[in-house]
Amino acid sequence: MSAVTLASKRRRSALRTLAFMSPWLIGFAVFFAYPLISTLYFSFMHYDGFRPPTWSGGKNWAYVFEHYPLFWPALRNTLWLVVIMVSLRVVFGLGVGLLITKIKTGTGVFRTLFYLPYLAPPVAATMAFAFLLNPGTGPVNSLLEKAGLPAPGWFNDPAWSKPALTLLALWGVGDLMVIFMAALLDVPTEQYEAAELDGTSAWQRFRYVTLPNISPIVMFAVVTGVIQTMQYYTQPLVAGKVASGVIQGAGTQFEPGYPDKSTLTLPQLVYNLGFQRFDYGSACVVALVLFALSMAFTTLLMRRRGGLIQAGD
Amino acid sequence: MTQVLEQPVKPAPLVTGAERTARRRAVLEWIAVHSLGVAAALFFTLPFVFVFLTSLMSDSQALSRDLVPHTWEWGNYRKVFDTPGFLTWWKNTLLYAGLGTVLTVVSSIPVAYALAKFRFRGRNLSLMLVISMMMLPPQVVVIPMYLFWAKQLDLSGTLWPLIVPMAFGDAFSIFLLRQFLMTIPNEYLDAAKVDGCGDLRTLLRVVLPMAKPGIAAVALFQFFYAWNDYFGPQIYASENPGAWTLSYGLESFKGAHHTDWNLTMAATVLVMAPVILVFFFAQKAFVEGVTLTGVKG
Repeated sequence: MSAVTLASKRRRSALRTLAFMSPWLIGFAVFFAYPLISTLYFSFMHYDGFRPPTWSGGKNWAYVFEHYPLFWPALRNTLWLVVIMVSLRVVFGLGVGLLITKIKTGTGVFRTLFYLPYLAPPVAATMAFAFLLNPGTGPVNSLLEKAGLPAPGWFNDPAWSKPALTLLALWGVGDLMVIFMAALLDVPTEQYEAAELDGTSAWQRFRYVTLPNISPIVMFAVVTGVIQTMQYYTQPLVAGKVASGVIQGAGTQFEPGYPDKSTLTLPQLVYNLGFQRFDYGSACVVALVLFALSMAFTTLLMRRRGGLIQAGD
Repeated sequence: MTQVLEQPVKPAPLVTGAERTARRRAVLEWIAVHSLGVAAALFFTLPFVFVFLTSLMSDSQALSRDLVPHTWEWGNYRKVFDTPGFLTWWKNTLLYAGLGTVLTVVSSIPVAYALAKFRFRGRNLSLMLVISMMMLPPQVVVIPMYLFWAKQLDLSGTLWPLIVPMAFGDAFSIFLLRQFLMTIPNEYLDAAKVDGCGDLRTLLRVVLPMAKPGIAAVALFQFFYAWNDYFGPQIYASENPGAWTLSYGLESFKGAHHTDWNLTMAATVLVMAPVILVFFFAQKAFVEGVTLTGVKG
């Protein structure tokens, strides 16, 4: 084959790739790269959306870290959610996944029932839990009181609002259940048979056969759980709004975090600073903090051995 | 093997005794596992049950601590539909979810195909950027995006700032489709090429029919995403109730009806029901999608 046809063939194949990739290339440039650079730019500008932006150096950064009263509570809440909500969700998801692999009668029905709550739209699910857990007429506290147990204030008590959100997250554990179920069914049965012949207990088989086999999936669940926690927005915001009784409508203001900043998360700060305080510069600072944290965990996920990316052909 | 060898050595009565204990243990295990299953099923379903029961209570009973309605007020659902705006929110949600899903699927397929089957420089980098975009919360770029749509194009108060970007590929859909297309053997593509099919024809005639389950999963996820989206409508549509979606409007029910949990819960049921119905019709595609993005690959 002559050099000319080879070169033209190469050019044609490059054009072909470009044509197929073009929707995403445009989308990446317009809806991701440009706004990301712009976010960095605005983080150094004073901008209220009305007067033209002016250079403010590191003032927005200093404001967010030193004076903005919601930043550190939001970060502390995120840490709480990462440590407690994510790990409980992984343990519970694994437990339910194990249970479903042991259920022999009516497996399909059980699996569907366990999975359904995951599908409930977040706003609807949060509204449902705000009702179920409301201290006045909620069925959960009615039942707890009938059983002679203490009835917490849930979404109305700063000490109980995050546990209430955790309960809501455990209810929607269906995604993890499906992933763990698939992983558990992939564990070679010969390994269990061999372990059984050695006279091991059920716990020993779980500890020394099941866990090592599914540990990459556990890792995957933990890291994606952390990434999801960085994005945790709708549930804490709606729970706080509904519990506080603030009426939504055009022009109403709701200081997020009710009760007492206990449900604040980082994404809510971007909304609060940008769309309630019209301090776009400081909102961009929080957006960049969010970006850095998310990227750090995403890198961790991609570096994972036998990671998210399947080797090319 | 060892069991077979040992069996003749053991005295006969002992074997049946061991069998009996084994069977008894199996029965006990069955009972334990299934009781635990029933307990878990109660945890997962009771919230739906209580929400549904409350949605059928009378106004005065909704203020009590009763769990079961005295009179079944099916008219509550009528009242929800009669609430000003509710039907508009339905229409807006269907537009956002329907049109958005079509645009996402059409624009994501060629990108996913290129990432799965073409060899080119920068392919792994592109894939890594797709994954990074997928993992980033929308709040990271929302300020410049809002300024762009609202100040430059004057489109705030509509859902277009949420729908238009879907014509340019969605990171999660691209990733999921790419994972699915990787499972299609290259031999099919080579055979199509031998038969004289161009790339586009190969994609449309050979790959797409084989990729139907993957496309179904992507369409479902995207539909649910738009249906559930709260942040997007909050940013772009909040100033104009005529552009609200169900997920965004639902919350205003609690405000407008104060403590009337019955109507709020009826509205909640009406927002949950379509998603659950869609799931029952497309359960297989959905579960396949979850496992594809998570485990395989």
